Amino acid sequence: MKNRSNILTIDQEQGIAIVTLNNPGEKVNKLSEELIEEFSVTCDSLEQDPRVEGVLLMSGKEENFIAGADIGMFKARETAHELAELSRVGHQILLRVEHFAKPFVVAIHGSCMGGGTELALACHYRIVSDHPSTKIALPEVKLGLLPGMGGTQRLPALIGIQKSLPYLLTGRNIYPRQAKRNGFADEVVHRHGLKEAGIRAAKKLAGGTFVRKDRRSLAEKALEGNPATRALIFAQARKQTLAQTKGNYPAAMKIIDSVEYRYKHGFVKGMDNESKLFGELAVSPESRALVQLFFGMTHAKNNPMENRVRPVETIAVLGAGLMGAGIAEVSAEQGYRVWLKDQTADRALKGKAQIDENLLSKVEKRILNPMDRDRQLSRIHTTDSYDGFGRIDLVIEAVFEDLELKRSIVKEVQRESGSSTIFASNTSSLPISEIAAGARYPGNIIGMHYFSPVQKMPLLEIIKTPKTKQWVLATAYDVGVKQGKTVIVVNDGPGFYTTRILAPFMNEALLLLEEGASVEQLESTMKQFGFPVGPIALFDEVGIDVGAHVSEVLGALFRERGAKTSSKAAELAEAGYLGRKNGKGFYLYPSGKGKKKKVNRAIYSYFGGEKRKKFTPEEIQSRMALMMVNEAVLCLQEEILLSAGDGDLGAILGLGFPPFLGGPFRYIDREGAASVCSALEKLQSKHGDRFRPAEMLQEMASSGKAFYD
Amino acid sequence: MMMKRNTLKEAVFVDGVRTPFLRSQTDFKEFSAYNLGRLAIAGLLSRTKADPALVEHTWFGNVIQDINTSNIAREAALGGGLPGHTPATTVSMACISSNMALTSAVNAISLGQISGAVAGGVEVMSDIPIRFRKSFRQKLLETQRYRKPSDWLQFFRGISPSDLLPEIPSISEFSTGETMGQSCDKMASKYGASRQEQDAYALRSHQLAAKAAEEGLFDREVIPVSVNGGSAIIASDNGVRADSSLEKLASLKPAFIRPHGTVTAGNASFLTDGASAALIMEREAALEAGFKPKAIVRGFTYVARTPGVDLLMGPALAVPLLLDRLRLTLKEIDVFEFHEAFAGQMVSVLNALDSREFAKKELNRPIKVGEIPIGKLNTRGGSLSIGHPFAATGIRLVTTAANRLLDENARYALIAACAAGGQGHAMILERFDA
Repeated sequence: MKNRSNILTIDQEQGIAIVTLNNPGEKVNKLSEELIEEFSVTCDSLEQDPRVEGVLLMSGKEENFIAGADIGMFKARETAHELAELSRVGHQILLRVEHFAKPFVVAIHGSCMGGGTELALACHYRIVSDHPSTKIALPEVKLGLLPGMGGTQRLPALIGIQKSLPYLLTGRNIYPRQAKRNGFADEVVHRHGLKEAGIRAAKKLAGGTFVRKDRRSLAEKALEGNPATRALIFAQARKQTLAQTKGNYPAAMKIIDSVEYRYKHGFVKGMDNESKLFGELAVSPESRALVQLFFGMTHAKNNPMENRVRPVETIAVLGAGLMGAGIAEVSAEQGYRVWLKDQTADRALKGKAQIDENLLSKVEKRILNPMDRDRQLSRIHTTDSYDGFGRIDLVIEAVFEDLELKRSIVKEVQRESGSSTIFASNTSSLPISEIAAGARYPGNIIGMHYFSPVQKMPLLEIIKTPKTKQWVLATAYDVGVKQGKTVIVVNDGPGFYTTRILAPFMNEALLLLEEGASVEQLESTMKQFGFPVGPIALFDEVGIDVGAHVSEVLGALFRERGAKTSSKAAELAEAGYLGRKNGKGFYLYPSGKGKKKKVNRAIYSYFGGEKRKKFTPEEIQSRMALMMVNEAVLCLQEEILLSAGDGDLGAILGLGFPPFLGGPFRYIDREGAASVCSALEKLQSKHGDRFRPAEMLQEMASSGKAFYD
Repeated sequence: MMMKRNTLKEAVFVDGVRTPFLRSQTDFKEFSAYNLGRLAIAGLLSRTKADPALVEHTWFGNVIQDINTSNIAREAALGGGLPGHTPATTVSMACISSNMALTSAVNAISLGQISGAVAGGVEVMSDIPIRFRKSFRQKLLETQRYRKPSDWLQFFRGISPSDLLPEIPSISEFSTGETMGQSCDKMASKYGASRQEQDAYALRSHQLAAKAAEEGLFDREVIPVSVNGGSAIIASDNGVRADSSLEKLASLKPAFIRPHGTVTAGNASFLTDGASAALIMEREAALEAGFKPKAIVRGFTYVARTPGVDLLMGPALAVPLLLDRLRLTLKEIDVFEFHEAFAGQMVSVLNALDSREFAKKELNRPIKVGEIPIGKLNTRGGSLSIGHPFAATGIRLVTTAANRLLDENARYALIAACAAGGQGHAMILERFDA
């Protein structure tokens, strides 16, 4: 028999049973079947124990209450029915808490996610620590699910429909101050006062003197108080959700359904309906894709070469532009000492001033305290020389995309630094081996390809060459993870992986424009497909000149395969249309806050004039998306990619490939290799060889194999 | 086991930096002393690329203190990127505060207590604390005891409108009530520093500072500071008047003693904002960390006299004391860096050192200390032209002296400074590899 006190320990203090949750051997607590079973037995014994006046539930972890449900539980079940049943089991145990005959108080410190939040909602009284690590959320929607343990039922009942919907629909955090204000928390205390406050609260509840105050505003109460205006609230929420998700994320709509059902049919039926909807969502391809993405990201946090990592304390970033400053910012934030170098001290200081402003806005939003801002800034040193670069552990260059320039920088840096300094290039397309050609220490050279804006974009693509040393790769990986990035490692080649699959996608957009498509239609159609940003807006973000440079680097490769390439990016860049950076690209960017960009109709003169024609959405979507998907398969075939999983992570996190589709490879698995292959062949016969399916894809189509088991 | 006994260690000056020194109410007027101080420390770490963990204590000077950062050393060190576990002490000794910061570091290193320290100082004279008068402050504090709204009625009892006028701190000697300018003016008369000599000395200071800046000699010690969200970058001092002339200086009216005084706005140092910081380490620790130190601190002394006419004569007392102690003579010194509070004070000190009468009366010795060769003194300007942010000046003097030792391939540098309260300081550096 299993030791019953495996996860839970119980102490008695002043008549209150203090139940401490502590998953042995893990950093965080998770809701597992084992815990549910143990919890149930514990509830029985505490309820019967006459010495126990009340219960206080706490976590034994440093900065975690409960990280959520163990997603492994979902994996073990296949059908919607089985998963709905799992939700019902959860409901039973939480109802047990809700109906517990004695006061049941919970004290939350650290992150409290998903099922943890739902458990807290079932308790009679919630105390929250005011620590910065304390965050409460129902992030199920991000996995294409709904909170299936009463979250859609109890949160609206506690804090109101209008206050709860944003949390349910976005999965965003409730911080302690907000928790106090919106009524989630009955009390907020400092972390070391949680136990004492919990014991007092349990005693107060046992004495029957507690009445919770409704913290909704008068307007909220009025609107939520009757069926007619409630219907309005839900209609409005559906409208907004649909506008944002374009119908690609069914979970959000089902969350609204679930909340509304309760208000129409009551709590008992509402709970049963929540389980049913949970089961439906859990087997949806969208949720499967998002859960896999989550696993992929979690997996990528583990450095496979951890034992080869060498310590990095100092990082030099060469080039203090948008990219360089961004890399410096995320590095200093993690405690690295950073030297931000540019050709002149002024430029370097300007880059730092930009970081200063970003941090200042964090201070204004109370995400960062002023002293921590100063400390981060003080870790960033500006310079215009390579003096003392022998002391730098990692040099990341983010200068202009010019092979000769980069080579000369390698020489200069390696003249100052020894064989213990890593040289990383943040090039977006130049092959790393070419940058490393003629270098003194080619084994120390690696690609670290960040995405702009670095502070927000979650991907780091690391490019290794045959000469890159293991410790160099391991260390770069480690730095990337510390900077908060999801890291993929790819082999060297023109454009590596992400730029390589982006280039034909962008090329196809240009060809469509040449054929007469309108910017508006391209944008809206691809957003409908699920890209967060339209391809043309992305072009402007990346920079049309950069796009032109990329097609120059990759053009030969594509033309060799008989692909038609557009020369429009170079023409536009030549004419001074650079994109967002100079306010003039496919869009015009009026200066001033709140002013929106608008399509720059002047560029149509490069694409056959102002008169545009309509394409079917299917044509645009298949041409654009399959271009990217097929190129991704080619990257795997040519062993640029080491795995399909890396390919999916890279496309979603770096390029905005629709997450609910799971990435190019999961998309092929979902559609079937044969069907993707024949769609490509159709396009090939109509538009030429650039659509010729990759051999690997053809093989898979005939063998019926998939990329994932 | 035997108890470990320490022998004295050698302290070296690794390097020093300063922010530009700016006239008050110019580009640094938005800065607090904390902010400018932290920039100096961060700038030092940036220049030296020193691992902050090497710093085991911070001493930082500050004279005009902000009550919110009363131990400004601690706040500036934290904000400047030094580890949270490094202790920090604020030092206040008027114009020689950062000299005291530096020698405190040297002492601790010599005794083997620590092997690395930051010494520095900051003054933001654009941001002097202006208080309510005592009577009004008292009233405000009484309100803490008020319980009910009607108690506020007594607040206005006994207050006159003049109580609401702010109290602006003056730069006068607490013990004598005299401003420093007045004292200096009297001192100049006593030691025979004429108005012409003072103006000529001031002109020399401005011209030499302008020349040094022109030649880029300050680039090594000045760290650029970005202001107004990076819209402007300040990389040089703004108090140096390269275009000054004897005629212009002669046309200025006496500022303190009218009508016959000799100290004017043109031959006195001006209100300045600035900060400085230096890395001081134990010799072996510095070498082990891969540094090439600039100088070794050979010795220092502090002196004081009851404040009076000789208020700013400290250097004339400290220099002979230190030279004797180290068995050095003026002839062996190649680099002189003296703090220029006033041209009148400088001329007085130089005259006194070169005076047998002064030697007999004040130093109790039969022969004069000697003439300081003007060609070796403050050859890159001084406080009169570069500016004088009280607590930041000491590290500026030492940094410039160390850089001059290297540039001039010289061996010994003598640093001296006067301070309010009738105090003074002198220090000898030796070039590291001399």
